[in-house]
Amino acid sequence: MPDRKIRVMVAKPGLDGHDRGARILARCFRDAGFEVIYTGCHQTPEQIAAAAIQEDVDLVGLSCLSGAHRLLFPRVVELLRKKDASDITVIGGGIIPEADFTMLYEAGIKAIFTPGATLDSIVEWIRNNIKTHD
Amino acid sequence: METIKKICEGNVRAASRLIRDLEDKLPHARPRLRQLFKHTGKSFIIGITGSPGAGKSTLTDALIAELRKLSKTVGVLAVDPTSPFTGGAILGDRVRMLRHAEDEGVFIRSLATRGALGGLSQAAGDAIHVMEAMGKDVIIVETVGIGQQEIDIINHAHSVIVVMVPGMGDEIQSMKAGILEIADVFAINKADRAGAKQLHTELASLLNSAPQSAGAWRPPIVMIENLYEPLTFVEQTAELAQKVAEHYAYLQESGQLDKRTERRAMMQINDALRACIMEPVIDNLTASGELQYLAEKIKNREIDPYSVAEEISKRFLKSGGINDIDKK
Ligand code: B12
Ligand SMILES: Nc1nc2c(ncn2[C@@H]2O[C@H](COP(=O)(O)OP(=O)(O)O)[C@@H](O)[C@H]2O)c(=O)[nH]1
Ligand SMILES: [Mg+2]
Repeated sequence: MPDRKIRVMVAKPGLDGHDRGARILARCFRDAGFEVIYTGCHQTPEQIAAAAIQEDVDLVGLSCLSGAHRLLFPRVVELLRKKDASDITVIGGGIIPEADFTMLYEAGIKAIFTPGATLDSIVEWIRNNIKTHD
Repeated sequence: METIKKICEGNVRAASRLIRDLEDKLPHARPRLRQLFKHTGKSFIIGITGSPGAGKSTLTDALIAELRKLSKTVGVLAVDPTSPFTGGAILGDRVRMLRHAEDEGVFIRSLATRGALGGLSQAAGDAIHVMEAMGKDVIIVETVGIGQQEIDIINHAHSVIVVMVPGMGDEIQSMKAGILEIADVFAINKADRAGAKQLHTELASLLNSAPQSAGAWRPPIVMIENLYEPLTFVEQTAELAQKVAEHYAYLQESGQLDKRTERRAMMQINDALRACIMEPVIDNLTASGELQYLAEKIKNREIDPYSVAEEISKRFLKSGGINDIDKK
């Protein structure tokens, strides 16, 4: 049985222009052997959800350093759910105060990584949580 | 069966998943493709090729916009290279097409080459079929754009756009002969840059010097000046869309469409044979370790690759081997 190639999307919702982290992540995921769809800055949650479905990704990684994560992250999860795509895992990262973690987990964000999180730990999380066999 | 029905109804989830299963070579994927085939063959397939950074994705975005004005449904397959070192890939073509993300009439799917060298991926032909079965009016296939070897696109597309840029090493000299056989329409992009006129002149004289039979298609050259001058950009990309449409009309009227469809069918047989005969044999030999063993023997000159191939074909082909096929 051949292994599935892991496909992920890295997206930046909202008006936040801090894309350094997202770019670094995209490269790191490529180096981990994943196929990465990179969609850049200034995406609406609607665009992100639609692209995730068209690309059939396993995981959407949202990056936000502007403080708008409380609004934007749950919205992406909700839109995926509405489009019958709640099997797509959503994780997030950026400047996210610990006080918001519970709220985001409850909204369906599966993991959160903040500055200082190592790239290895992020890749490892994905490997452990995305199944490559049907 | 459910999957087939969904895809024919245009369901994006089902279609994208099947494309993925085909890329990952899951065993159930090919039989599905077989069932889908009768629903294919109605779309107009446009290829777009040219060096990296020439503006293929940007022009694809503009073409989508033009096609949507005519209410055509559009599928896009955008191919980017897989890293030979890690097997991973960054697929970034989509970034240029974001404004269409929410348009239900547009389905954009990125593909990684996964080692294929011809500018497309192995699953690209299959993915085109899936989009055809979805009923897309037009399918645009953007190639990787690394060099001069990427001619796979001509086996899949009805019309091919070659994108060139002045001062990017796209001088005609460096493109050699092949380019004329590939291109149905030329786009000189970023044509507000120095050297655009010269590129145009060189290209035009090359086209003039090519043998030309009466009534044959002459690839037009469309100048597209600057993405950041929206008024002229839209006008010029509309012209590009128009030229491609004219080429399609020419193909239909001249009977060339039939020829191209036949060429595509040949290629499909080729691909299908490879998937159905070559790959299982290689997989089998790899899994059993025999491939490694044989390579070792060939390396030591204990045996030659031709005898190996013949012996293997005898073992795997019921008819008694390749020589038998020759006789029939
Ligand atoms: C560099 C920087 C900039 C650069 C951005 C360059 C660029 N293109 O990215 C510039 C100078 C342009 C800039 C501008 C601004 N910035 Co600034 N900037 C920073 C700074 C110093 C570093 C960010 C960075 O690149 N880090 C390096 C990357 C690799 O780390 P990272 O993105 O955090 O990613 C890591 C993790 O968070 C996590 N991660 C992040 N995203 C994701 C996603 C997923 C899926 C996963 C799994 C993990 C993950 O993994 C990464 C690895 O550990 C931070 C301060 C800080 N220490 O974070 C402020 C900071 C983010 N900026 C800030 C502000 C306020 C601004 C401005 C509004 C300033 C202004 N008034 O003009 C503007 C807004 C720009 C805009 N358009 O949005 C604030 C945000 C405050 C807040 N959220 O409440 C910060 C926190 C500074 C501060 N302490 O006040 N900024
Ligand atoms: N100045 C200028 N830049 C352009 C034009 N068209 C595309 N670009 C830029 O060229 C870069 C590469 O474009 P892209 O469409 O991704 O090229 P591709 O690699 O061939 O798909 C991007 O930064 C575009 O914004 C143009 O007409 N003028
Ligand atoms: Mg591109």
